[in-house]
Amino acid sequence: MPEVFRFPKSLKKTLFHYCPGCHHSIIHRLLCEVIDELGIRERTIGLASIGCSCFLYFYIDVDILEAPHGRSCSVGTGIKRARPDLVVFTYQGDGDFAAIGLGDSLHAASRGENITAIMINNTVYGMTGGQVSPTTLLFQKTTTTPYGRDPKKEGYPLKVAEILAGFEGVAFCARGAVNTPQRVLEAKKLLRRAFEIQLRGLGFSYLEFLSACPINWKMDPISATRYVDKLAETFPIKVFKDQLSEGKNEA
Amino acid sequence: MMAKKVLVKGVEAIALGALEGGCQCYFGYPITPQNEIPEIMAIELPKRGGVFLQAESETSAINMVLGASAVGARVMTSSSSPGISLMSEGFSYLIALELPCVVVNVMRGGPGLGGIEASQGDYFQAVKAPGHGDGRFLVLAPYSCSEAYQLTAKAFELADKYRNPVMILSDAILGQMKEPLLLKSLKIKTYPKEDWALTGAMGRPSRVIKSLFLDSKELAERNLRLKRKYRAMEKEIRYEAIFSGEERVIAVAFGSIARICKEAVLNLREKGYEVGFFRPITLFPFPGKALLNMAERSLGKVSLVVFELNCGQMIEDVKLSLCGKAEAISRYYPPSILPFPEDIEKELKKCLKSSGFPKV
Repeated sequence: MPEVFRFPKSLKKTLFHYCPGCHHSIIHRLLCEVIDELGIRERTIGLASIGCSCFLYFYIDVDILEAPHGRSCSVGTGIKRARPDLVVFTYQGDGDFAAIGLGDSLHAASRGENITAIMINNTVYGMTGGQVSPTTLLFQKTTTTPYGRDPKKEGYPLKVAEILAGFEGVAFCARGAVNTPQRVLEAKKLLRRAFEIQLRGLGFSYLEFLSACPINWKMDPISATRYVDKLAETFPIKVFKDQLSEGKNEA
Repeated sequence: MMAKKVLVKGVEAIALGALEGGCQCYFGYPITPQNEIPEIMAIELPKRGGVFLQAESETSAINMVLGASAVGARVMTSSSSPGISLMSEGFSYLIALELPCVVVNVMRGGPGLGGIEASQGDYFQAVKAPGHGDGRFLVLAPYSCSEAYQLTAKAFELADKYRNPVMILSDAILGQMKEPLLLKSLKIKTYPKEDWALTGAMGRPSRVIKSLFLDSKELAERNLRLKRKYRAMEKEIRYEAIFSGEERVIAVAFGSIARICKEAVLNLREKGYEVGFFRPITLFPFPGKALLNMAERSLGKVSLVVFELNCGQMIEDVKLSLCGKAEAISRYYPPSILPFPEDIEKELKKCLKSSGFPKV
């Protein structure tokens, strides 16, 4: 009988600590499946950042380094430059990648660092209790925009994928989500492609996932999962750039 | 083969020392007065299969250092005072993650943007709190080009030995002063990194290098472990002393002003004055026991004059070390005010006159 389902080798057999309805665990699992399928577990270094997902190492069974807040792309640069044979991925939130670490992120992308950066965009600072982030939607209420995000005060949602797509050093740039079964399947394909780009040495691969944060959105898990569609109105789900499908094979 | 003799600036000596010490990666951001270091590394490292990268900021540079160190590379950065402040968060992580690296601070005047003249204003920052939390650097302070060369090379060995950052604390005078340097080949030890570096979970369980410990017992134990490590570093204490036991006044200084003081002390000794000289080479761990020994040998009849290119920082460590067994006086020179050996001689003579205070 053909095997249709198995527990990923790179996923540790433990319970996730994430809140009910959080999308981290789905994305963790997809990441592990892709690492297994590409056979890169033994040469992959993951970068845990600051926020709920700093506990990446509880779940993902690869070598993991904890990066300071916002610095994953710089830390990843150091790793990849010193050991180009290793596969490097970052796993960051929108606050980490796009607020405190935006400089690090943009410059690593602009240099075309051959690493894979994954940004989980849930529009809020999850671990610190739901404060406004660069990607908070207009008029969205957070603990530090209690009257809603006012463009005159807090400005507009930062569209990272749209910015990075224009960078010459970026070989892959996409935004996905995991709030429907179909999107989960698509998300896995995107992840696989992001790593394939790195394995071919094509340059920076950036993958953003719209993700639910029911606790800080003050919603039940089902409403939060549906609310991801609302995020997609501001942050369209699409592949912005894929140099592999554009026929570029090797760096 | 005879070692080559070259005429170099202090910062060039540091870069050459780093290459001699086996530096494989350099990450940094330009700042005066140390730009010759990245410029030399940009030429030399690629020739040796190494990595040079100019980062977009000091913050990024130190995090690149962190990444390269975690996968086992011999790595360094260099900067000057304001840039060092920007790196301080990264310093704290490097200490916490027990990652070796070499950090060079060619100090300039501060606070703020300050100036580009020599200063030793970053003494406290270097030896007390390179970053937040209870962490320390091993700090080496050269006072000549040849010492800068040797200590920088040695710094890579010490960093690997203790899995801790090592700082070369230099300044604008030493950095920009040219001296002949004998390019001796040095024996720099390497230490195996297979048991801790992140290299991919091949044939072993996966590894985590982290600094977050939410369990309070675990965090306390981590801190105590680091404390034990700093204690162990006391084996590395280095200093230079000119002292026979008869001196009544001892000039204490490190780095470039120690050079000026030494000349003054040697001049005075030639003329028969009872003055000595003490130069800490490791600033952390501080050679406090050696200072205390001197005070005890002279039965408390000695006074120590601490000369610094700041408004008085190392004087505090000297006083702590002496445990009240001898008097310590501060002679301080803020940035831009640089004493000549004659000025130091005058100060020391003044102290000789007023010494003889009963201190037992």
